[in-house]
Amino acid sequence: MKNRLLQRTSLQRVLRWAVFLAVLCLIPVIFGGNRYHMYVATLTCVYIITIMGLNLTIGYTGQISLGHAAFMGIGAYTVALMTLNGYSFWLAIPLGAVLTFAAGLLLGLPSLRVKHHYLALVTLGFGTVVYLLLANEYEITGGFSGLPGIPRPNFFGLSLSSDIAFYFLVAAFLLVLTVLMLWILNSRWGRAFKAIRENDMRAEMVGVSLLTYKLLAFAIGAAYAGIAGGLLAPLMKFVDPTSFPAHESFWFLIMLIIGGSGRFEGAFIGAIVVMLLPEFLRGTQQLFFVIFAAITLLLLIFWPSGLAGLSDLFFRKVLRRDPPQLTK
Amino acid sequence: MFIQLTVSGVAIGAVYALVAIGFTLLWQASRTVNFAQGDFITVSAVLMYVLVCMGVPLIWALLITVIAAALLLGYVIKRGVIQPLIDRSHTTIIVATIALSFLASNAIGVFWSAQCKAFPRVFGMMPYRFGSIVLSRQHVWTIVIAIILILAINLFIQKTKPGKAMQAVAQNRDAAKILGINISSVTTMVFVMNAVLVAFAALLIAPVYMVRYDMGAQLGLKAFYAATIGGFNQIRGALLGGFLVGIIETFSSAYLSTEYREVFVLAVLIAVILIRKEGLLGTEER
Repeated sequence: MKNRLLQRTSLQRVLRWAVFLAVLCLIPVIFGGNRYHMYVATLTCVYIITIMGLNLTIGYTGQISLGHAAFMGIGAYTVALMTLNGYSFWLAIPLGAVLTFAAGLLLGLPSLRVKHHYLALVTLGFGTVVYLLLANEYEITGGFSGLPGIPRPNFFGLSLSSDIAFYFLVAAFLLVLTVLMLWILNSRWGRAFKAIRENDMRAEMVGVSLLTYKLLAFAIGAAYAGIAGGLLAPLMKFVDPTSFPAHESFWFLIMLIIGGSGRFEGAFIGAIVVMLLPEFLRGTQQLFFVIFAAITLLLLIFWPSGLAGLSDLFFRKVLRRDPPQLTK
Repeated sequence: MFIQLTVSGVAIGAVYALVAIGFTLLWQASRTVNFAQGDFITVSAVLMYVLVCMGVPLIWALLITVIAAALLLGYVIKRGVIQPLIDRSHTTIIVATIALSFLASNAIGVFWSAQCKAFPRVFGMMPYRFGSIVLSRQHVWTIVIAIILILAINLFIQKTKPGKAMQAVAQNRDAAKILGINISSVTTMVFVMNAVLVAFAALLIAPVYMVRYDMGAQLGLKAFYAATIGGFNQIRGALLGGFLVGIIETFSSAYLSTEYREVFVLAVLIAVILIRKEGLLGTEER
């Protein structure tokens, strides 16, 4: 009996990955003809990566980060500056990840020793500082004129400069980072992260080093945003500071809450809904800020597990079975 | 020059102090951090501006704004948003107030105006002259009004019964509850007080900043820095922090760099957190 159950879950798992892969591959088949649609699809994948990182920080360890826009900015400018100066993208993107990981450690170290809201404060301040640096150090960053002409990378001689090829690069990154995140969450680390979120005092008592794991979760979350930023730069072929203002991080937070914070699929649902809904319904961006902020508040009060949580309800009530578990 | 800069630093610092006191009151009564504090200022300033434009005399516009703020930003927000979330994690309330901030500022941008509006110079234009020293009316009156408000709050907390209940809740929630203090209504009262403070801060800051949907963002952040530097659980901490932030900001932008004035304040903040995590005048919390 137990064996059959195991088999079924592993079959489900294979199926889920197959669907995920199929969707990723079908997008260019469906939207490939339209450059703008491909751009939006690629952008959505980039944001999913960021929100996945944010989910680790907020959803799985219960810390707050208002610096994810800045982390993205660091990643984007690292890739932009390096590729414009002739270095390889494949060197630049890991460097961006390392830099943002280090920035995460440096920010987390002073603030995690103290109270919750200090981390919010320090990360928000960090966002402001990064924005000011990008805007004012124009000899390096180009200031508000930004850095144009960022090349798209090659992959072992294969050019990824077309929109569809570049989409596949981003999709591949998304796939690899998804697998990595699932692996992290199902590892010893992941269990420690969740233990901290549920009750940090209890976690500490059973021997989980709070500072180490909180720092780790925060820094990994930052590195995900750094990688996403590194993909954003060649996608837009242009970076400027206004793409990474401090309040952009609020927007990421809203994406995560709408999708479902602390739920693996939350990052995906949140980024997709928040990125795509305004594309279908016409309206000014600011109007959507209002709508999504209102939805976020309502969800927080009435349905804190977000849209991912609503899908549980669908499984239980309509399909009359347990919702699938992505992480242990 | 030095005296003028000091006065202008103290004036902006007084506004920060008012808003920062709001932060400390909320923290002490309910352990909440209100990330929408700056947008509360925006909402109040916009309301006051609209009333003044409709021809309502300033003093009535202020009164109506204070009452409306007390109801909407105090009572309604506490009952509607904070109350349902109060038993959840700190992170949840922070996220909720961030969503609130996003909602308020963008709703003003969409449904009212995204333009800058010049608020009337309510304190007059002619500066005061004392020999060679020239002081802006705006600065002098800001300091005077802020001091009056701060004294009034202190008097309220020290001398009145609800004020003493607030102190009791701040010192020990459980003991206060056992002694029959209704924590929820004390918290509601504190939210209302915070809203009133913020409405006055809007009056003081609107003539300096322009009225715009995002005018409060920086202000709220600075006040938050101020409360943290001074000590999140002490009114006098917020006071000291407010004046410190105002003065650091004014002097660093005059003598060091305008572009990076926010960086200096942030550097002081991080230094304070590292050296004394409770803030300069804060006390250790359990």
